[in-house]
Amino acid sequence: MNIPYTVEERPDTGLTNGKLGIWLFLASEVMLFGALFSTYIILRTGAPEWPHGELNVLLGAINTVILITSSVTMVMAWATLKLKDWAKHRLYLIATFVLAGIFLVNKYFEYKDHFDKGETPAHSTFTAIYFTLTGLHGIHILGGMVVMLYFLGPGTKLWKKNPDQFTNRIEFTGLYWHFVDLVWIFLFPVLYLL
Amino acid sequence: MHSDSTEVKKSIRTYMTIGVALLVFTGITVAANQFHFGVPVAVTVALIIAMMKGSMVASVFMHLSHEKKWIYGALILTVLGFLVLMTVPIFTTMDTIGKHVPAIGGAAEHQGH
Repeated sequence: MNIPYTVEERPDTGLTNGKLGIWLFLASEVMLFGALFSTYIILRTGAPEWPHGELNVLLGAINTVILITSSVTMVMAWATLKLKDWAKHRLYLIATFVLAGIFLVNKYFEYKDHFDKGETPAHSTFTAIYFTLTGLHGIHILGGMVVMLYFLGPGTKLWKKNPDQFTNRIEFTGLYWHFVDLVWIFLFPVLYLL
Repeated sequence: MHSDSTEVKKSIRTYMTIGVALLVFTGITVAANQFHFGVPVAVTVALIIAMMKGSMVASVFMHLSHEKKWIYGALILTVLGFLVLMTVPIFTTMDTIGKHVPAIGGAAEHQGH
């Protein structure tokens, strides 16, 4: 049985099922991160003192640049598909995947540095919320990489069978990826600068 | 198809411009941090820049500037829920956690002894 409205839009919503689905998923993600941001505010306002300058701002800023660049390459991966330029699409999707990998490698070195200094999640309220927020964000990066890997490998078969559906799937992956970038845009100043 | 590809080519220029703008704003955020403002000013500046960056990503990269009403409807509900979450910290200052609350009738009992 075929899933309906994967390419053509539903007459009642004017959307494909996938698009409405990914936006509802992102709405639930907003609530998940929103709850954690709210927790951060409670912990920070309730703490008698809050550490400042404990995180590596340069590494955080580099990771921000990496994620923003990856958002541009991701949207380009979709735009080149709309232009039916398969080779360029592959190039942009691989670039996004590599940038995501570099982000996680940077994060690994950052975490390692903290653990070497004994700054584990149990060390303080700050490290607890820092590892929770960045850890959850990191898992989202990893999830995005798995999806991208699928569309670089076995998922490509769909391009030959149904190019429009494949283009839509890349658009939904992009929407998720931009959301992950959006979360980091707020995490960076909140954790590293304030 | 022709109009579609022309539209996409036009959008590509916008994506590049927004990408550069986001990088510039990131630089401004880091530079503003060097001024060591007081906490309220620093929070305001950082969050204003983050909100500007966030709205650029959402409106251009996520195409929210020209989406269907069902998406806007879902997002309005999300924003309402998010605002409720953000008011939770205010409610915590209205409760009695961490404050000494005498037991009911405790004072009268104490007087009796």
